Amino acid sequence: MTRRAFGPVAAWLAVLAVAAGVAASARYTADLSAFLPRSPSPAQQLLVDQLRDGVVGRVMLAAIEGADAQARATVSRALAARLRADPRFTYVANGAADGAERERALLVEHRYLLSPAVTPERFTVAGLRQAIGDTLELVASSAGGLAQALLARDPTGEVAALAASHLAGATRPALAAGVWASRDGERALLVVRTAAAGADTDAQEAAMQAVRTAFADVAPREAAAPARLRLTGGGVFAVESRALIKSEVARVAALGMLLIATLLGFAYRSGIALALGLLPVLTGALVGVTAVATGFGLVHGITLGFGATLIGEAVDYAIYLFVQSGSAGGGQDAWRNESWPTIRLGVITSMMGFAALLFSGFPGLAQLGLYSVCGLGAAALFTRYVLPGLVPANLRVRDLASVGAQIARAIAAAGRWRWVVPALCVAATVALLAQRDTLWAENLSSLNTVSLEDQDYDGRLRADLGAADARYLVVVGGRDEQDALRAAERTAAALAPLVAQGVIAGFDSPAHYLPSEATQEARASSMPGPRELRARLARALRGSPLRAARLEPFVADAAKLRTGVRLRRADLEGTGLGVALDGLLLRRGEDWQALLTLRAPAAGPGALSVDAARVREALIGSGALFLDIQAEADALYAGYLREAIALSATGVAVVLLALMVALRSAARVGRVAAPLGAAVLVAAAVLASAGQTLNLLHLVGFLLVVAVGSNYALFFERTAAGGEGAHRVLASLALANATTVIGFGVLATSSVMVLRAIGTTVALGTLLALVFAALLSGARTDAR
Amino acid sequence: MPIHTSRMLAFAALLATALAAPAAPAWTLERLLAGFAQKGSARASFIEEKKVRVLDRPLVSSGELRFEAPDILEKRTLRPRPELLRLEGDRLTLERGDRKLSLDLRSTPEAAAFIDSIRGTLAGDREALERVYRLRLEGNVRSWTLTLTPLEPALAAWVQRIRIAGQHADVSVIEILQTNGDSTLMSVQPLAGP
Repeated sequence: MTRRAFGPVAAWLAVLAVAAGVAASARYTADLSAFLPRSPSPAQQLLVDQLRDGVVGRVMLAAIEGADAQARATVSRALAARLRADPRFTYVANGAADGAERERALLVEHRYLLSPAVTPERFTVAGLRQAIGDTLELVASSAGGLAQALLARDPTGEVAALAASHLAGATRPALAAGVWASRDGERALLVVRTAAAGADTDAQEAAMQAVRTAFADVAPREAAAPARLRLTGGGVFAVESRALIKSEVARVAALGMLLIATLLGFAYRSGIALALGLLPVLTGALVGVTAVATGFGLVHGITLGFGATLIGEAVDYAIYLFVQSGSAGGGQDAWRNESWPTIRLGVITSMMGFAALLFSGFPGLAQLGLYSVCGLGAAALFTRYVLPGLVPANLRVRDLASVGAQIARAIAAAGRWRWVVPALCVAATVALLAQRDTLWAENLSSLNTVSLEDQDYDGRLRADLGAADARYLVVVGGRDEQDALRAAERTAAALAPLVAQGVIAGFDSPAHYLPSEATQEARASSMPGPRELRARLARALRGSPLRAARLEPFVADAAKLRTGVRLRRADLEGTGLGVALDGLLLRRGEDWQALLTLRAPAAGPGALSVDAARVREALIGSGALFLDIQAEADALYAGYLREAIALSATGVAVVLLALMVALRSAARVGRVAAPLGAAVLVAAAVLASAGQTLNLLHLVGFLLVVAVGSNYALFFERTAAGGEGAHRVLASLALANATTVIGFGVLATSSVMVLRAIGTTVALGTLLALVFAALLSGARTDAR
Repeated sequence: MPIHTSRMLAFAALLATALAAPAAPAWTLERLLAGFAQKGSARASFIEEKKVRVLDRPLVSSGELRFEAPDILEKRTLRPRPELLRLEGDRLTLERGDRKLSLDLRSTPEAAAFIDSIRGTLAGDREALERVYRLRLEGNVRSWTLTLTPLEPALAAWVQRIRIAGQHADVSVIEILQTNGDSTLMSVQPLAGP
């Protein structure tokens, strides 16, 4: 290291140390909030809250396959017992009757507070005669077992009414050997709820591991047909997607690194140069994260993923330095004078292009902009001021001038093919126009990494369990718990006509499990005092086989209502009813929220979907908010994508303007921009024609194509043809492009759709950018 | 709230017994069951009296029983309120008012035993029947009584014993005595035609 280099290197090390500290202590999040606008609507905020720590993400479904029904049931019971003892799980259900006993006892005890059928009319003489008559008919029937057992306590049949009404749920899972099973009877099913939020992927992974370990312990090892465990659910998908992407990225990165290192090793013939070449990217990435963490306080996962791609341009910087400096002693000085201004212009235009993202209303996009601007700037500054000082004086990389000369001859020869570029552009434009309506995927599932097979399996388990996927929600707020419950009861009254009209099949409300104190009070006061009740019973039961004297247990239960014993939230704890309530009655800071989940009609004209307009109409004036989770999430993503496209277009305009200022000639700007525009156009047309619907990843890919390609185009535009210097520049461009195409090309072989999308886009786009820039520059040389 | 599966199943088992009218000269359990096996489709009317301890009078219902070979069994209650209990293959359904409950019997192993006993009765398979009940036949061909005592714990917890009485080839009475003292008495009258 020379004395002159000491200052910049020390500064660089200091920056790295600070950046590493900030990046290590930064908060990272992987939830949907990246797609949430800066000033979200209440519905959007609610959506993200739900997805971040709502019930939906906490539910894990476990299927036990293989062995026989009896063995599966035994494993299901043992597994449930183990998981119930684990604090990482708040709820474990497998349909076994023992867990339902407490629940039934609660329903029986609090039936008069819970039943919507309880009104003063029900306990008048006429009401009692009617209700008891109905109950006796039920006892006489083949379905009257429970009613018969409870007759003396519950002659008006409130328990049966509760069972038949909302607490019965939509569908009940099938049973095999006493535990929940799939319809075909081939799997035993368990529903598990984790204590950790669905967005906490580490905790979800630990929970999955706990289930697997427990299963391995309780499943018989030496069975002829061993039982197998399969887990599914939102959190499980998040864990598996992360693991898949991790392993795919590791595999692809290893393969890409090997190929690139081989190529660069061959080109440089120097291991040190190879190692030094990685430093600009690392520096840029670290500074980018630090800038985002400092500016936003929170780093979105999507920023890291896309940002790392966007500063892929920095990989090329070291190649330009090493190859363009050549082997001459004064090479670095020459590089500083001749090449650096071109690279600097390329970096500045890229930074200005990405800076457009800073003005996004979505924090996720703004973060991406800040990350790219700071990362690229840092990488370029490092390459210019620090890297040359780190290169050992005796480092000699192979002189690629002769390779460059061959490339120059090939370009000259290909000059007569330059008409191919405009021809391809016309064809691409036609192809894109033909598909303009279906070009962009506007739903969030286009970013989904979960395989169709897994999604299908999850869907089947949910159907087997009759588990609502909680897609349709109605939300009402309240100052406190009671206020929220009263609001839920008012909302339920507004929704009731929709059930009658068949717009919705039914709904679940927290007030079904815990009626508000006001409602409980009203129901309790529907019941007359013991003396009055006995008198009414005597009159109501005239001529009935049931004598009033037999109903003292009923009178005693009724009298208990007047002692003020009410159902409280704590009474439900640890039962399925309590768990259902926890998911529907939530505290949000100072306020409370009640969620009512709607069930779509199973049959008829509007089957399986809910008419949002009708629901919103019914809720007018109630202060309740209707939310279609899927539609809302898609709308969020579509908004994000539209803004990203608009800002990218703005970025392109800014880049053109910057080039105009720097080059001071519309013709020269045109020569730089033409190959880039052509590359993006043709790449987009190829992808679209290959059946890919473009999404956010493709857009990020195009941005990188423009950023990387602008360097190619600038070099072709600014470097005088002929001479060793020009040949070295050509060689460095070819080498830089080869590494990009290899790096992203292997990504294109990934089984993960999102990786494949970005890989194909960048590999194809940068290759086209280089070829088009070369062809069009060849055209110029001919013309001179 | 689970429907009373075992109760519905016990009914189905009884239907099989009631409809398979026996006709055999010398009176043994084998002859009785062999007679059941020869029986094809059949119809009968019934009057059921349910005695519940807290009620002063029994609850009375009436309707029709029907067996259609090989595997459809129906109990159609007409009074006081229409109801249909139907076993077809492995599926047990109960329709009452606008409610319909449906149960796949293969999904409950407890049910498998009852299915066996129903099929056993219809097929005259004494072994299948004896896996679920202890059987005792008393009386003579003019007046006999078959007593079934449940062996299966889930059923034994609810049913103390079942008594079937008849003359010659006809079942006339089926009585179920529950463990809690409640009982059901069903009088059966064969009807002509399928």
